[in-house]
Amino acid sequence: MALSYLRSSSSRSVNLLKPLSSSLPLRRPISTDTTPITVETSVPFTSHQCDAPSRSVETNPKELLTFFRDMALMRRMEIAADSLYKAKLIRGFCHLYDGQEAVAVGMEAAITKKDCIITAYRDHCTFIGRGGTLLEVFAELMGRQAGCSKGKGGSMHFYKKDSNFYGGHGIVGAQVPLGCGLAFAQKYSKDETVTFALYGDGAANQGQLFEALNISALWDLPAILVCENNHYGMGTAEWRAAKSPAYYKRGDYVPGLKVDGMDALAVKQACKFAKEHALKNGPIILEMDTYRYHGHSMSDPGSTYRTRDEISGVRQERDPIERIRKLILSHDLATEKELKDIEKEVRKEVDDTITQAKESPMPEPSKLFTNVYAKGLGVESFGADRKEVRATLP
Amino acid sequence: MLGIARQKMLEQSSKKIRPAVSMLRNYSSAAKEMTVRTALNSALDEEMSADSKVFLMGEEVGEYQGAYKITKGLLDKYGPERVLDTPITEAGFTGIAVGAAYYGLKPVVEFMTFNFSMQAIDHIINSAAKSNYMSAGQISVPIVFRGPNGAAAGVGAQHSQCYAAWYATCPGLKVLTPYNSEDARGLLKAAIRDPDPVVFLENELLYGESFPISDEVLDSSFCLPIGKAKIERKGKHVTIAAYSKMVGYSLKAAEILEKDGIDAEVINLRSIRPLDRSTINDSVRKTNRLVTVEEAFPQHGVGAEICACVVEESFAYLDAPVERIAGADVPMPYAANLERMAVPQVEDIVRAAKRACYRSVP
Repeated sequence: MALSYLRSSSSRSVNLLKPLSSSLPLRRPISTDTTPITVETSVPFTSHQCDAPSRSVETNPKELLTFFRDMALMRRMEIAADSLYKAKLIRGFCHLYDGQEAVAVGMEAAITKKDCIITAYRDHCTFIGRGGTLLEVFAELMGRQAGCSKGKGGSMHFYKKDSNFYGGHGIVGAQVPLGCGLAFAQKYSKDETVTFALYGDGAANQGQLFEALNISALWDLPAILVCENNHYGMGTAEWRAAKSPAYYKRGDYVPGLKVDGMDALAVKQACKFAKEHALKNGPIILEMDTYRYHGHSMSDPGSTYRTRDEISGVRQERDPIERIRKLILSHDLATEKELKDIEKEVRKEVDDTITQAKESPMPEPSKLFTNVYAKGLGVESFGADRKEVRATLP
Repeated sequence: MLGIARQKMLEQSSKKIRPAVSMLRNYSSAAKEMTVRTALNSALDEEMSADSKVFLMGEEVGEYQGAYKITKGLLDKYGPERVLDTPITEAGFTGIAVGAAYYGLKPVVEFMTFNFSMQAIDHIINSAAKSNYMSAGQISVPIVFRGPNGAAAGVGAQHSQCYAAWYATCPGLKVLTPYNSEDARGLLKAAIRDPDPVVFLENELLYGESFPISDEVLDSSFCLPIGKAKIERKGKHVTIAAYSKMVGYSLKAAEILEKDGIDAEVINLRSIRPLDRSTINDSVRKTNRLVTVEEAFPQHGVGAEICACVVEESFAYLDAPVERIAGADVPMPYAANLERMAVPQVEDIVRAAKRACYRSVP
């Protein structure tokens, strides 16, 4: 079916990397075709205190191919990070997102860069979704100057303020009140934008979350709390941590929606719905039913508290990239080979970027003392031996 | 509210409350006076008027007019969008304020006392203080955390702790401790204008105290520099370094010492972080003797830092060991006599200064 489409334009070379539409640059075969296609989500939405949106989602070939490429990139990036960590080029903490990519890409498809996103420490892919580059990711992971935080933050502290990505937080649950604060500021400034504050099933039990939710509901803040429920808070399964693991209902008086987080289109629909709701009616909770293939972090094999069968079962039945691949193929938007070529290309991009990132130097020693303050007032700061190392804060 | 109006009327009509000051009022070029409370209120008012990004948040700051009336009148003037009463949820509302600061607003968060800031300390330290560094300058946090700090009167162990040393440990924070009305106005205005997180430690017992104030201080552009201490009283025999209420005690101690021929130099630290090490060291190099005074618990306190700094920088100039006066190393008791023993008194400062001067203590 796909082959016949190509054969029909006999003047074209049989270069399968050639885009479906000839107006695109040759490098990436992403269709510019925006003919609407309607797709049903895998499962209907379950709602709490609100009417669920329709499970028919409008999309188009361009969007689906973008989803595919972006998720393939994220997947490849995280797997490469795994290897770099084992090669000891990445130190400390490294929390990988592979399996959860649909949440990042689906969310971005529903919002703009003027909306804010804040998340916890599993932030590499969220950063990419916000427009961060691969180089900034790998360089930061390896503690180099080209990193998004110039090597001073590390895996858990990626930020991109110019596209309203506020990190990147290491303290479980802290990002939720911070996110409600961003929503407060958006409302104060009359920006008509919203904030998505992401947290996990582990963080869902944090007291400060409920404190912030109470205030958000009282003050009608445009805050969307997104629980990325991958069913394990580090090594503790949700049923061992939460009396009620129906996280979308935990807001009580705050409406909630349960979403298949492995279905990028369902995520997109839910986020679109949530944004409209939050701008009119205040906070809403989205529970994304998702899964992480890796353990909690690189020091966790991820198999002591769950079976390998469970992990491979999810990979076979629910993988987000496979879902989009099937959709693209069944709608004839690209051939299997074209999709495989995209994946090869993405792999090369990741490998090339890693080589480039390795060449970025470590920060200059003087950078130990920069950015302590935004306005240093010429104050003195000290190294370990204050008679040896002193600096004036700019 | 009525109580304060009545109090003001009493102050104006009665000449008996503070004889020295009321005599000044008889002269046409009388020095103006202002309570610390009014100083703080006027600073908040002026900064809110000058910058629409400044807003207030805290328990009872709005309709109640402030638990200690510091925010009196501001709700009426600026409205409920800029003066926000919060539920009793420090972790939640402090996190919200820090998030608003990430976006670019300028929150002034009131803790009813800094004892309650411990509920929110993760946001002060990890979300506010460290963000500019971790983001290599992308996320600055122009927030002020203010409220009464340290011992009050008879409020017991859980409501009396001083947090100056705790917050001053953390790089990324600025920690200010005003003493008089000039300090209160100048430092609060500086704190609100500063792009970094500032912990502003007031003192409940100083709120009602009146201090003379110049026209310069009353000007709406008045600002004090952060990180600079003030020599409140010049002297040559011993340096007494203190902050907040203890500055007043140290000045009283200096008057008593003068009668015994000891001329004490009293430093009002004003800023615990950054600490004005050069003013302290210059003073010690002149007097050769040092007494540090704080109301806080002694171990790992501000006095310990000052002592270490002077030993490192000016060891050869010291003619006597550094003396440290601090709160007692016990949780604050309630009984009035025990409470009196748990905080420094003027005679403690006098005794320590005499010891530093190798005078026999009767």
